Amino acid sequence: MRAALRRYPVLIALCLAALFMVVPFLIVTVNAVKSPAEYARGGPLSLPDGLYLDGLKDFWERVDYGQKLLNSLLISGSVAVLAVVLSVLNAYAIGIGRIKGRTWVLAFFVLANMLPQEALVYPLYHLSKEAGLYDTRLSVIIVFTVIQAAFGTYLLSSVLARFPREIIEAARIDGANRWQVLWRIVVPVSRPTIGVLLVFFFIWTWNEFLLPLVMLISNDNQTVSVALGVLQGQRLMDATMTNAAALLGVLPALVFFLVFQRTLTRGIAVGAVK
Amino acid sequence: MRVRGARDSYTLFLLPGVLAFLAVIVLPFLLNTGVSFTDWQGVGSPRWSGLANYRELADDSEFWESFRHSLFMVVAMAAVPTAVGLVLAAALFDHVGRYFGARITAVLRACFYLPQVLPIAVAGIVWSWILAPDDGSLNALLKAVGLGGWQQDWLGDPDLALYSVMGVMVWVQLGFPLVVFMAGLQRVDPQLHEAAELDGAGWWRRFLHITLPQLRPEIYVVLTWCTIAALKVFGAVYVLTKGGPGGATNVPSYFSFTTFFEKTQVGYGAAISTVLTVIILALSLAGLKLQTRAEDAEEGTSA
Repeated sequence: MRAALRRYPVLIALCLAALFMVVPFLIVTVNAVKSPAEYARGGPLSLPDGLYLDGLKDFWERVDYGQKLLNSLLISGSVAVLAVVLSVLNAYAIGIGRIKGRTWVLAFFVLANMLPQEALVYPLYHLSKEAGLYDTRLSVIIVFTVIQAAFGTYLLSSVLARFPREIIEAARIDGANRWQVLWRIVVPVSRPTIGVLLVFFFIWTWNEFLLPLVMLISNDNQTVSVALGVLQGQRLMDATMTNAAALLGVLPALVFFLVFQRTLTRGIAVGAVK
Repeated sequence: MRVRGARDSYTLFLLPGVLAFLAVIVLPFLLNTGVSFTDWQGVGSPRWSGLANYRELADDSEFWESFRHSLFMVVAMAAVPTAVGLVLAAALFDHVGRYFGARITAVLRACFYLPQVLPIAVAGIVWSWILAPDDGSLNALLKAVGLGGWQQDWLGDPDLALYSVMGVMVWVQLGFPLVVFMAGLQRVDPQLHEAAELDGAGWWRRFLHITLPQLRPEIYVVLTWCTIAALKVFGAVYVLTKGGPGGATNVPSYFSFTTFFEKTQVGYGAAISTVLTVIILALSLAGLKLQTRAEDAEEGTSA
């Protein structure tokens, strides 16, 4: 009985802490559906009288939010797929091919993964201008494909190094060449890890800020993160607009979170300890 | 058995990766390092200036100030989230998980992790509005509960802004250590806890003497990752304060950004980012070493 009584304070404390984590989302949601008049009257803490969606609609149209979502989806989706392909090719050579000097090659990818983007940003900006790729979504796709593949190569190599060799030997005896072994055996068997990488690359790229901020200056090419960050930086938004911006920025993240929750939590454990 | 040539033909699979890395990471990195030894405004050709930029950096109080703020960020993004994350993870895992079921545990864990999937730009919008001086929710809340005297210009007061940004970063970062530690706890042999409980060890004693030592590899990983992330903080500062007021929240990453793109002193910006790179690489190597040692030690004891 005493033990049972002692259990609840811990649970309650944890629930309060969890509430503190989600309160900002709640406040934003509540204020995004208030009319400016209501906001002026009741301040940020009052509950809304009804659903006022014009603020959200105005904001959507003013920043052409549909286009921003499309840009983010296009960039993050392409990067996720391309970076996984690149990681699989690299990891196949390192983890299964066990090429000579693989430790050094792997160390090279790990170091590339650690480099701060600040040390790449100006040359990338300059080179993309020279190559005529500045302010194109393609430039951001190329750069992040490579940056994300650094992590992917590192993670997949360690997974593939423990791949059962008998399976590969058996397929080779049956006459499969290296490509066939890769696409018909290694890739299907590694699907769980590949799934984790796809989700991570997608969300990481979606959330990236510095490089897209520098590379994408025209409105039509900007991602959600960049567009919202720039707007906020200009300090031109009133309370209703700020909340509309925040809510529309939160929603996609929330959707990804709910859809990918399992993969995410499993993946963090895999990624962090490997 | 195997022919030598056959083994080497795997190298072909590495070709696209290596070429792409040379073009997108190695070349820009070498260029950046090279430019840091020159005087360059971004147009025309760079003029060799040797170590002049680095000598200037050594005397630049703005530069040292930005690194001092980085240490605060390390506290907010590595030290505090790791410590709090450990306690929360342990409480969630062997208290809530044990007495209240996996469902509640999963929901609570999700709440803590949520800010981690949010783009930092969006987190910045949310918080800069909550912390706004006139109609921000925090000030409104303080007023509502009768603490109107505590109202502050949280992000606009030079003495306070850095601490406000730190608070936001704790909120952003906390979920990552929590989830990693909870995954790590599943590795810990429950018998260790049961034995200690039978010996009459309380929760704190078990936390200190069983949970902490068992989670050592995870702690090193988390500390390394979070410290690096703290040194790279850019988006949060850009959106929340733009390094202000009066440089009170400037960090190396933001400092190099403004030097590159606003002051267009490209050589000087390159020097700042090169120093940042050297520090981050050194920390990464140290962290990697600690992690491998901890993992080896653990394999030694459990084998």
